Amino acid sequence: MSTLDQFRKETHDWLVANCPASMRTPQKRSEGVYGGRRASFPNDDAKLWMDRMVEKRWTAPDWASEYGGGGLSAEETKILAQEMEALGCRKPIVGHGFWMLGPALLEYGTEEQKLEHLPKIARGEIRWCQGYSEPGAGSDLASLRCKAEDKGDHFVLNGQKSWTSDGDKADWIFCLVRTNDEGKKQEGISFVLFDMETPGVSVRPVPLITGESHFCDTFLDNVVVPKSQVVGEINKGWSVAKALLVHERTMMSQIERNMPKPKFSTIDYAKNYLPLNDDGTIKDALMRNRLANHLMRDQSIKLSQQRAFEEGMAGTFDMRVSTIFKYISTEEKTAKDSMVADMMGMTGAGWDTDRFTFDEYTKTYEWMSNKALTIAGGSSEVQLNLVSKRGLGLPEK
Amino acid sequence: MPLALNEEQRMLRDTAREFLQNNAPVSLMRELRDSGDSKGYSDAVWQQMIELGFPAVAIPESYGGLGFGYLGAGAILEEAGKTLAHSPFYSTVALGAAAITLGGTEEQKQSLLAAIAAGELTLAMAHEESNHHQPNTVSLSASASGDNYVLNGKKLFVAEGAIAHKLLVSARTQGNNNDQDGITLFLVDRNSEGVSCQTSTMIDSRNYADIEFNNVKASAANIIGTVNQAFTILDKTFDYGRICLAAEMLGGAQTMFDKTVEYLKDREQFGQKIGSFQALQHRAAKMFAELELTRSAVVGALAAIDDDSDNLPIMASLAKTRANDTYRLITDEAVQMHGGIGLTDEMDIGFYLKRCRVSIHSLGDSGFHTDRYATLHGI
Ligand SMILES: Cc1cc2nc3c(=O)[nH]c(=O)nc-3n(C[C@H](O)[C@H](O)[C@H](O)COP(=O)(O)OP(=O)(O)OC[C@H]3O[C@@H](n4cnc5c(N)ncnc54)[C@H](O)[C@@H]3O)c2cc1C
Repeated sequence: MSTLDQFRKETHDWLVANCPASMRTPQKRSEGVYGGRRASFPNDDAKLWMDRMVEKRWTAPDWASEYGGGGLSAEETKILAQEMEALGCRKPIVGHGFWMLGPALLEYGTEEQKLEHLPKIARGEIRWCQGYSEPGAGSDLASLRCKAEDKGDHFVLNGQKSWTSDGDKADWIFCLVRTNDEGKKQEGISFVLFDMETPGVSVRPVPLITGESHFCDTFLDNVVVPKSQVVGEINKGWSVAKALLVHERTMMSQIERNMPKPKFSTIDYAKNYLPLNDDGTIKDALMRNRLANHLMRDQSIKLSQQRAFEEGMAGTFDMRVSTIFKYISTEEKTAKDSMVADMMGMTGAGWDTDRFTFDEYTKTYEWMSNKALTIAGGSSEVQLNLVSKRGLGLPEK
Repeated sequence: MPLALNEEQRMLRDTAREFLQNNAPVSLMRELRDSGDSKGYSDAVWQQMIELGFPAVAIPESYGGLGFGYLGAGAILEEAGKTLAHSPFYSTVALGAAAITLGGTEEQKQSLLAAIAAGELTLAMAHEESNHHQPNTVSLSASASGDNYVLNGKKLFVAEGAIAHKLLVSARTQGNNNDQDGITLFLVDRNSEGVSCQTSTMIDSRNYADIEFNNVKASAANIIGTVNQAFTILDKTFDYGRICLAAEMLGGAQTMFDKTVEYLKDREQFGQKIGSFQALQHRAAKMFAELELTRSAVVGALAAIDDDSDNLPIMASLAKTRANDTYRLITDEAVQMHGGIGLTDEMDIGFYLKRCRVSIHSLGDSGFHTDRYATLHGI
């Protein structure tokens, strides 16, 4: 048996022995585990599962062990993910620390910063949020104005951040601030980390069309941040910001893999909610066509992600191709959510959990909430700009 | 199922690319068209391809082949699609050798596959009877007469039908025109008595023929597979062909895309490169995404052949649909983004546009394959 096959077998056995049965059932959206100082768990098994994975160092399997990770290779990390998926294991813990800040710190952080922050993420002790956008800086992120005044060994921050997801639940924030007003707008930005409990930080939740509000306006009023908490060089935070965005987009391209595994497939929805012929096929020819087209696209995207991984391993991957994934995956996901809601007909517009099942309500909810996928982390239009300029080398005006 | 080419396959692809770019560029296709050549390919180039061992790539080593599999054959076809280099490769290897490998007796495989691998035998698949791909619609009849059969009927749009040495003919030996049961596959010499070909001129300047069978005698020894049970072999052979054709189409789409992006970086209007207009940039970006998705579907489908995967029909319909839609999108956009010059015969774009159209309707358009894909998923 090759070393990787051996690893696969051991991983499988360990998961079977350690993942509680209830953690191998489909997860509700509200049952996600994010950790942090105010961590909440939907039940005892969820806590047990997280604790066991933390101890095994598999919450961040590919980080080095001194940073609280499992030190696994890319192949081993993939095998672990595959075995977890095959067994239907829930993610023990998720969040911005794992998806975004961790990888960016590994690349740009000082040794002290890595040793301080990464193990706390891996152990689920600190939950992070992202302070990029501002009222005047969305797609044009580099025009951000939140001001950081240099006071020798520290900065003093003043300004507003918008759209801070889970700003009211997170412990720390990674934040882009302006440290220089002169020259190119990208060249006066710094990337800073600070505790959300620092005096002068306040948040206000913003209700969304889903009725929920895990998005906040974040206000910074004379917030003191030591210079040791700047990641990368002062005024060169744009490089860190962009590297982090690549990780954010990768996560969003694989959103379904990073989210709780759904209980039903799109085919199940078709069969459960659409009028069918006697042989079980879909009556509505256009809907059948729409579903087939979705299945084909979905399959092509998965094959492309797999091909990118394999070519990456073989050293033959064309880096230009990486620019397409955020765009194609999120567009397909939102199209799928809309299609599933259409398949459910009136039920797909149901908005309570008495008349409708929790799953039905969730589908309606997801149709709305997942519209964010083609906006956040760089809108589809911004992604197409990126593909055409970075990927294809088309000229600027 | 591997989706990245291994070193051996990459070397084969590079050899094919270098050979075809140097010896069968689009200008060769133009010359053949201008001279009214009825075959649509150059014998000299085909001879060289034989010397390079191309016909042998997908044939198992035990039958005189090189055993590179279909990822190897696909790599050659993709490169051929880039320069529109036509040859008997597709009809003979992708379809013909596949049918014999899938359905032939040991004896048939020993003699026929070795001859194909050596470049001595060319085949054409004589199946369609209408202007659309219909795998189980066969009315050409074969009636038993002693140990032999007598074939009567007509086949349409047979690629290489007027030039291949032998024809693979699907015939009705039982049942009704649309039944899957009751189809038998015969190998018939094209020069047999009673076979008459009428060549059709098509926009891609390749060879297609309508073939009439008038009391053509076929020996029972030349049946490929089992009497009445050819449909399974036939549809699987078509899957190999659909996937190989998709590989060729991918090559054409890639070339048209590259040429169009080049033009966007070169042509100026309103004092700027037209590639700086966002309306064109976003369309180019979308084409790039479609092309990459298509490449993954095609490579995945070629790998499914090599793995003898149960998923083969699904992968074939996926690959052909994606190739159809993407090649059409990119050739249409290539014309549009070149403006008026895109419509001139002097540019090569028209050749790809025309080849694309014929390819789409060979072995199933997107309507056919989307429906098939849906049916295979039980929806
Ligand atoms: C659910 C959700 C969660 C979020 N979470 C966070 C978070 O935690 N932290 C954070 O910092 N931010 C967060 N964001 C903000 C997100 O990053 C921004 O919404 C995004 O960058 C777009 O900015 P905007 O909303 O200001 O839209 P705008 O930039 O104003 O865009 C409006 C429209 O114009 C288009 N457009 C803009 N520029 C161009 C161009 N050059 N070419 C063509 N079209 C263009 C856009 O595509 C869009 O369609 C979140 C957003 C959402 C929806």
